Amino acid sequence: MPHPPSLIGKVLRAVPLLAGLALTGCAVEGSGLQSQKLAAVKARGELVCGVDGKLPGFSFVAPDGRYQGFEVDLCRAVAAGVLSDPARVQFRDLSASERFAAVNSGEVDLLSRSTTMTLSRDAAGGNALSFGPIHFYGGQAVMVNAGSGITTLKQLAGKPICVTTGTTTELNLADRMRELNAAYMPLKFQNDGQTYAAYLQGRCVAVTSDRALLAAKRSSFPDPKAHVLLAGDLSKEPLATATVNGDPVWADAVRWITFALMQAEESGITQANVESKLAEATADPNQADLRRFLGVDGQLGQQLGLPADFVVQVIKAVGNYGEIFDRNLGVNTSINLARGTNRQWTDGGLIYSPPFR
Amino acid sequence: MERPSALQRLRAAFFASPLDGLITVVLLAALLAGGHALLHWLVFKAQWAVIQVNSTLFAVGRYPLDQQWRLWLLTTLLAGATGLSWGLLRALPRPDRRAVLWPANDRLAVALLSGLGVLVPLVLQLSTAIALRWWSITALVLACRWLAGRWGTALPAIARRGWPLIWPLLYLVGMTLIAGGFGVPAVSPYRWGGLLLTLIEACFAILLCFPLGVLLALGRRSSLPLLRWLSVLYIEFIRGAPLITLLFLGQNILGLLLPGGFTPDRVWRAAWVLTFFAAAYVAEAVRSGLVALPPGQMEAARALGLPVHQAMLKVVLPQALRVALPAMVGQFINLLQDTTLLSLIGLFELLGTARAVMANPAFIGKDAEVYLVLAVLFWCCCAALGLGSRALETRLNTNPQPA
Repeated sequence: MPHPPSLIGKVLRAVPLLAGLALTGCAVEGSGLQSQKLAAVKARGELVCGVDGKLPGFSFVAPDGRYQGFEVDLCRAVAAGVLSDPARVQFRDLSASERFAAVNSGEVDLLSRSTTMTLSRDAAGGNALSFGPIHFYGGQAVMVNAGSGITTLKQLAGKPICVTTGTTTELNLADRMRELNAAYMPLKFQNDGQTYAAYLQGRCVAVTSDRALLAAKRSSFPDPKAHVLLAGDLSKEPLATATVNGDPVWADAVRWITFALMQAEESGITQANVESKLAEATADPNQADLRRFLGVDGQLGQQLGLPADFVVQVIKAVGNYGEIFDRNLGVNTSINLARGTNRQWTDGGLIYSPPFR
Repeated sequence: MERPSALQRLRAAFFASPLDGLITVVLLAALLAGGHALLHWLVFKAQWAVIQVNSTLFAVGRYPLDQQWRLWLLTTLLAGATGLSWGLLRALPRPDRRAVLWPANDRLAVALLSGLGVLVPLVLQLSTAIALRWWSITALVLACRWLAGRWGTALPAIARRGWPLIWPLLYLVGMTLIAGGFGVPAVSPYRWGGLLLTLIEACFAILLCFPLGVLLALGRRSSLPLLRWLSVLYIEFIRGAPLITLLFLGQNILGLLLPGGFTPDRVWRAAWVLTFFAAAYVAEAVRSGLVALPPGQMEAARALGLPVHQAMLKVVLPQALRVALPAMVGQFINLLQDTTLLSLIGLFELLGTARAVMANPAFIGKDAEVYLVLAVLFWCCCAALGLGSRALETRLNTNPQPA
């Protein structure tokens, strides 16, 4: 029996309509030629950058209250490129679970928080992020005692391996060992502290985690030289910065500022010599590549919506990719991480910047 | 009968029977072994550089260095007010009690305070200027305690009655000093951290959750069905959700729901979530006090001609709150410790600071030292809350033990 629509029914029917209206509104806002994010960052005069804040070598707080680390320097580079001042960054410590919501809700302009680039994080049907260039090729590694004679994963068959439970680390280890058809004894712990303590007590012959983290932990061991990281990774963990999906102009700005760091290393431009290189390029009209890169000629900066000299500003602020790596993670720091796959492509690594033209 | 000597009493307490003696010896041996190991670690193995170098970070987080005078001023004001309040509490007891100016507890507290005040800056090897400030602040507390104890009785009646108002006033002054305003340059909440942020969050939530909780408890016992059901719904919803869930909701969903720029800063968002969370639990504590009170109290007050709100304010609530006090203070202590969850949503409170410090490559692996200091700091804050509540209980107790 048909009965007249009640008030509640009317309201309920209006909901999809209202939602549709709201969505249209969003679409109109996002499709403008001008980048909202870039304009917002410039208007605010400050970049809000989401970092881990608790990851050795990547981001932490020094005793004077300043943020330091590899990913912190990436935030400073973007601030230098966009606002011509590396100090204009507000850092937000984000936990792993809230980082994507923080980007999508606009809490942070840029996510620089050891985030592995994956399909589902990139896809519109997944976390719907827009990833910058990969700035760190990481992977899960295994650490063993140097005296144990173990050099491959296969040799760990039947041996106890320490791992922190509830992480992808644990799953990766299980997957790789199953592929090798090697039974092993996982010794699982609730937190990192217990895991490394058990390894140091000799309760397991190996411990597994991210390569950079293992290197950092090793630096705190009583005898760091007695432990080695096995060659070969258990998983691919390419780290990249991320921005909100709906703003390609802003994503491009972040992408090319990151590439500028890599290109500068390839071109031999450092924090120390960038001024003299600029003077050289200004004086010599034949150095076309260098003139374009440093903003003497062409309109590269303008096309991105950045100052013409954004590359100079970035390199002056934080140095090139190699300098950032060496300062925060390199063999002269207590993290003591070799460049490995993170070398320039000219040295056989994977760091490769597309041309600036 | 002759009083037993100290030796006899000790013997009766620890070696009354062979079994008692055995238990005493075993426990003493275990205690000595544990104490020795701990002391050995504290003195010889632990590396306290991580605390010394980062002491500012632990205290105030990333608060701008050139503005830290404001925090010193606030600490001085707090120290003065604490000393004065303490002295007045002793000099002006309830009318039905005898004033004891220096009870044994207070003498012990003074000895402890002066000892700690002198030693801690020395042990931390703070710079002379900073150590001097801590010594002066300790001296100020003790001087104010002495002054108020000595001259408190000379205060006019209005000053005596109005004195407790100094605390809400100090809270407002303190927040102005910390955050800025009225001509003081603003310091963004994003720069607050360490113990400072922990205390700000806890104080804000404790101050606000109390009135909210009382209202909710009254609402739950109200005869108006709508009010009652709303209160029940609120209390049961909050008690049914873990705090960390609510904190995540507050941090992330609020940003999606409200237009940008209208959301309060994440520090305040967290403070409000803590407040709303604690209010539900305080409401239940207050309700337990209301339930414990015989209905005759309300009836008698009404029979005397008091209107309902006056009967509630002057007769029922004072008695109910006294019953609920221990449970409420327990809740406040919980709240203080719950602030550590804020480190999981990326705030820079005490635990968040500690984790950031432990990620410094220069201090990797110094977890034990850092966590131990954190435990001591939290213990001190909670002990202070507990002491305060005990003093309040004694003061509110209408049936004092005969002295």
